[in-house]
Amino acid sequence: MGTTLAEKVWADHLVRKGENAEPDLIYIDLMLMHEVTSPQAFEGLRLAGRKPRHTDLLIATEDHNTPTVNIDQPNPDKTSATQLSTLEKNCKEFGVRLHPLGDADQGIVHQVGPQLGLTQPGMTVVCGDSHTSTHGAFGALAFGIGTSEVEHVMATQCLSLKPFKTMAVNVEGELPEGVTAKDIILAIIAKIGTGGGQGHVIEYRGEAIHKLSMEARMTICNMSIEAGARAGMVSPDEITFEYLKGRPHAPQGEMWDKAVEYWKTLKTDDDAVFDKEVTLRAEDLQPYVTWGTNPGQGLPITANVPDPETITDETKRVAAESAIKYMGLKPGQPIKSIAVDTVFIGSCTNGRIEDLRAAAAIMKGHHKAKSLHRVLVVPASSRVRLQAEKEGLDKIFKDFGAEWRNAGCSMCLGMNPDKMVADERSISTSNRNFEGRQGKGSRTHLASPAVAAATAIRGTISSPADL
Amino acid sequence: MEKLTVVTGVGVPLRRSNVDTDQIIPAVFLKRVTKSGFDDALFYAWRRNPDFVLNQEPYRNGKILVAGPDFGIGSSREHAVWALHDYGFRVVIAPRFADIFYGNTAKNGVLAAIMPMESIELLWKLLEEEPGREMTVDLGERTVTCGDVTLPFEVGDYVRWRLMNGYDDIDLTLRHEDDIVAYEKMRAEKFPFKPTTLPARHLPEEPISSAREPEEDNWLGPLADRDK
Repeated sequence: MGTTLAEKVWADHLVRKGENAEPDLIYIDLMLMHEVTSPQAFEGLRLAGRKPRHTDLLIATEDHNTPTVNIDQPNPDKTSATQLSTLEKNCKEFGVRLHPLGDADQGIVHQVGPQLGLTQPGMTVVCGDSHTSTHGAFGALAFGIGTSEVEHVMATQCLSLKPFKTMAVNVEGELPEGVTAKDIILAIIAKIGTGGGQGHVIEYRGEAIHKLSMEARMTICNMSIEAGARAGMVSPDEITFEYLKGRPHAPQGEMWDKAVEYWKTLKTDDDAVFDKEVTLRAEDLQPYVTWGTNPGQGLPITANVPDPETITDETKRVAAESAIKYMGLKPGQPIKSIAVDTVFIGSCTNGRIEDLRAAAAIMKGHHKAKSLHRVLVVPASSRVRLQAEKEGLDKIFKDFGAEWRNAGCSMCLGMNPDKMVADERSISTSNRNFEGRQGKGSRTHLASPAVAAATAIRGTISSPADL
Repeated sequence: MEKLTVVTGVGVPLRRSNVDTDQIIPAVFLKRVTKSGFDDALFYAWRRNPDFVLNQEPYRNGKILVAGPDFGIGSSREHAVWALHDYGFRVVIAPRFADIFYGNTAKNGVLAAIMPMESIELLWKLLEEEPGREMTVDLGERTVTCGDVTLPFEVGDYVRWRLMNGYDDIDLTLRHEDDIVAYEKMRAEKFPFKPTTLPARHLPEEPISSAREPEEDNWLGPLADRDK
């Protein structure tokens, strides 16, 4: 019997096969670090008198906690400032490469790895951040870990893990116009639920997936965690190689050829069997929007908010009742009738150049709806910001009445000053609509950059087709 | 790490599914650089509600949390486990846990015990019938006892062994130093093209302009309030 892509990558990183009930020991090719989940790991090393085993397989940046305005001025939040300076001190002490705020290579950690060419097919990539699954778009096995594991990787360059189960998500056929990667992944999560991928690595397969750009594949793999999966992967192909070629850390010359030869072997065998398999027809998809308080509570934009009384599963019914109450919605209300206060375009899910181009194309020649509080456009990295400025996208956003910010996680998680107040409602291109995620009492609807831009024009949830 | 064998204490019924780590501890509390002192941050938003289970006297000293499916979904923040531990919880029981959260529990001396939904429903009933009721979790026997009822739970053999002995993961891995060295030698030969972060390579430095906030803000507050 053949093996799957995930199993091949696992096998190539096996340091030691676990005996009896013991987990395997696998080698980690790259660990990305940021200010929030690293201080306790560095402190652990220090207390144990240990040093990182391979500083040349570590890289750090600042993203979660950084402001997106006035980055040239002292941080007014002292606790945030302390956390950021702690990262700087730790990186200096232990010899870890750091791209701090203000540096052209600073940005959300999951954009920094790919744009530098550090994320490559067949690698194991980890970070103390659940959206590390993003890097799976390159055919890497990439997953989020806790702070204890961050310390473990620094000390040993290995992780002790039970092999993951495998799951295929096939997206067959051709996507209708106006349907994007974000809609695909929201539809998948709505179908399999927030626990549907638990314990599994999802491999996204099929015609519709392999036609997507790397940016779009990153959007899909990014939200694998929202379906409960350990990781998401796409088998590398010519689109992957094209993206990588010439990037600062991509192999060069003879090494490039050698690498591509290996990368081409990273495919699931025809006779391999997945532990689970799910298939979607791309033709059936529409723009998706979430109505509830977990990413599985999403529906096509033309649907109505569900009526909990019609839900037979007790757990799901209770969850829907509580979500509708929190979100301040009415059962049966059309999703398109929901008015928002804030539009957030950004995050490791949808803050890349292609996302900004998609939003700008819709906003161009329009102005934000009068009823809106604000439209925030936050590039995933400083390099993305520079690129957007070269293309004149910043001008389109400003003319539209949007705020063009510096790079970082921003309003995705409400850790820096970009937060909403209680009852404030957003449409957001980020990844989580949990209660209070974007500020205490805030209400979040997840959607694609195209839907967010159309909503910014009309003030109520809209797709570009409604304009 | 502290050992965990038998835990006896007040059981707390948390009748919710999909308890995400943003609910367990919101992001604003993740700015700290320490590993402890997170007890006040636990379930921060829910604890503002007087009806929340931990605000009811008999449950205040909870040690064992009994929750619905998909507990710990979302962010990888280990702070979620630190907060549960700091509050006093040593065991969380649920029908299904998110993977990263599950991994984080065992590294901090907290047991994530898996039980079918029917058992959870029964425990909820028992704990609500007699608020403040103590229950006992026996990791050696893999059982939970509440009143007259004893129920089995699921836990991996390796996790159980580590928790019962309080072993440190890094020490366990470093016992295999020879295997790691052998792998690194093979890796250098077979995969010479794998990237290193040092020496650093990047595009030329460019100045990044600083964004500013707009001067005017005429916003009147959430639409929900304006409608009233």
